[in-house]
Amino acid sequence: MATGSDKPIPTATFETRPYWEGCKRRELRIQRCAACGHNQFFPRLYCTRCFSDRIEWIKASGRATVSTFTIVRRPVSPAFADDVPYVVALVKLDEGPTMMTNIVGCAPEQVAIGMAVRVTFEDWSEEIAIPKFEPA
Amino acid sequence: MSLKNQVAIVGVGDTKVGVVPGMSATQLYVQAAKLALDDAGLTKNDIDGLITSNSFVEPYMYHAEMIAEYMQIFPRYCITVPTGGGTTGAALHHAASAIVTGMADTVLVTKADSQITGMSRAKAIEAMATAGHAQFERPYGLPIPGYYALLARAHEHAYGTTAEQRAAVAVACRKHASMNPAAQMRDPITIDDVLKSRMICDPLHLLDCSLVSDGGAAFILTSAERARDFPKKPVYLLGVGEGHTHEHVSQALSLTSSAAREAGERAYKMAGLGPQDIDFAELYDCFTPVVIIELEDLGFCPKGEGGRFVEGGRIELGGELPINTHGGLLSHCHPGQPGSMFAITEAVRQLRGECGQRQVRDARTALVHCQGGIMSTHCTLIFGAEQI
Repeated sequence: MATGSDKPIPTATFETRPYWEGCKRRELRIQRCAACGHNQFFPRLYCTRCFSDRIEWIKASGRATVSTFTIVRRPVSPAFADDVPYVVALVKLDEGPTMMTNIVGCAPEQVAIGMAVRVTFEDWSEEIAIPKFEPA
Repeated sequence: MSLKNQVAIVGVGDTKVGVVPGMSATQLYVQAAKLALDDAGLTKNDIDGLITSNSFVEPYMYHAEMIAEYMQIFPRYCITVPTGGGTTGAALHHAASAIVTGMADTVLVTKADSQITGMSRAKAIEAMATAGHAQFERPYGLPIPGYYALLARAHEHAYGTTAEQRAAVAVACRKHASMNPAAQMRDPITIDDVLKSRMICDPLHLLDCSLVSDGGAAFILTSAERARDFPKKPVYLLGVGEGHTHEHVSQALSLTSSAAREAGERAYKMAGLGPQDIDFAELYDCFTPVVIIELEDLGFCPKGEGGRFVEGGRIELGGELPINTHGGLLSHCHPGQPGSMFAITEAVRQLRGECGQRQVRDARTALVHCQGGIMSTHCTLIFGAEQI
């Protein structure tokens, strides 16, 4: 997956800008609640557990485990045509939250549920780098 | 206040489904309405409540009002309900509540779309590519079948569910469609046919995926008291329940179970019935693994046993629990949001005893389960041929 030029490049919002700024600096950032210690992703205004507004950003370890995955044989749109077959997975971060991602850096057939992975970043534009995961 | 025994369906109508050339989504909407009115022996002026669910190919800001305008009816209750595949159940739930609270006496629920005839290639690609969260899911390039492939793989890993078991769901639906002259796909298939069909997103094959269709369906709901005066036998609502857990699959609480469990429990509790009392079920089958998860969550078998449950013809006509007797979304038709409408019109016809070759013998009690999003929104309905 060389560039993201024709792909759906995310637009950072007020709420998600710290996340995307982190990705550009090769840091995977999630939110932590200063009131109850709960870690969360997607970014939100309040804690999903205790609904406190004492939300802070932390740098995640970037380590995760594959919860499930699929191998995409037909691209979702022409922009992904050169990438097939590619792996889309849900991974559980060591800190708790789940993320959707691509598993890269190995053959699709080598991906398995329970596999340990670590974050890597793919630059799509000046502002946006997409976090993906590779075998740890 | 409970909705049990309070309302009944007194008219149903299905348009032609599959490829329906020369009919727009709006026309299909209104044709379905007319067929349901004819079935109920009503005129359009008898309708004082209207629920629609918009159209993907021909959307309107005020869709229900647009359909009312097109029909030149002037309801006192009028609302557009769009919760994907779960819409049909939610729409019926709202219609029943509106009748019981006096907001309307006779509610028309109509839904249609023209996802083949009305869809340009560009619009189809857009539909596929705009699923998922714009920032946190879409960049990863997952087509809609892929979302369900994630769930299929997780279920496989947790419980040993197999491709053959998923295929048995597609085979049962096709067998039933072969007995339904209205169905879009009627040639019987085997488990081997499913396994040999093209891989779309591992582990889902082409024949694990539902159809793309034009078509519409409608039903008319009124109070149980008024329902006695209609030409066709009324079909009573015995129980209804909903459950809602997420919008995005990456936020799902579980990958192997769903809010079908809560929806089902609420519906069973209202009806005072359990899974053992259900004669047949019309389950949301956008992809085969969904049926297996629903059978577990709705209590027809223990969690993890869904794969084994669908083996050996148990879910086919003549089996212990026939499902999707019209052919379901897998083989009858799937025009998008209207999908479950055909599950309801089929359940009504089965409970009236109108289904000929595919009639479930002594059908008294039916369960319909509607699901939308990626196992996001759920509604379970229980219908009876009589009040209980």
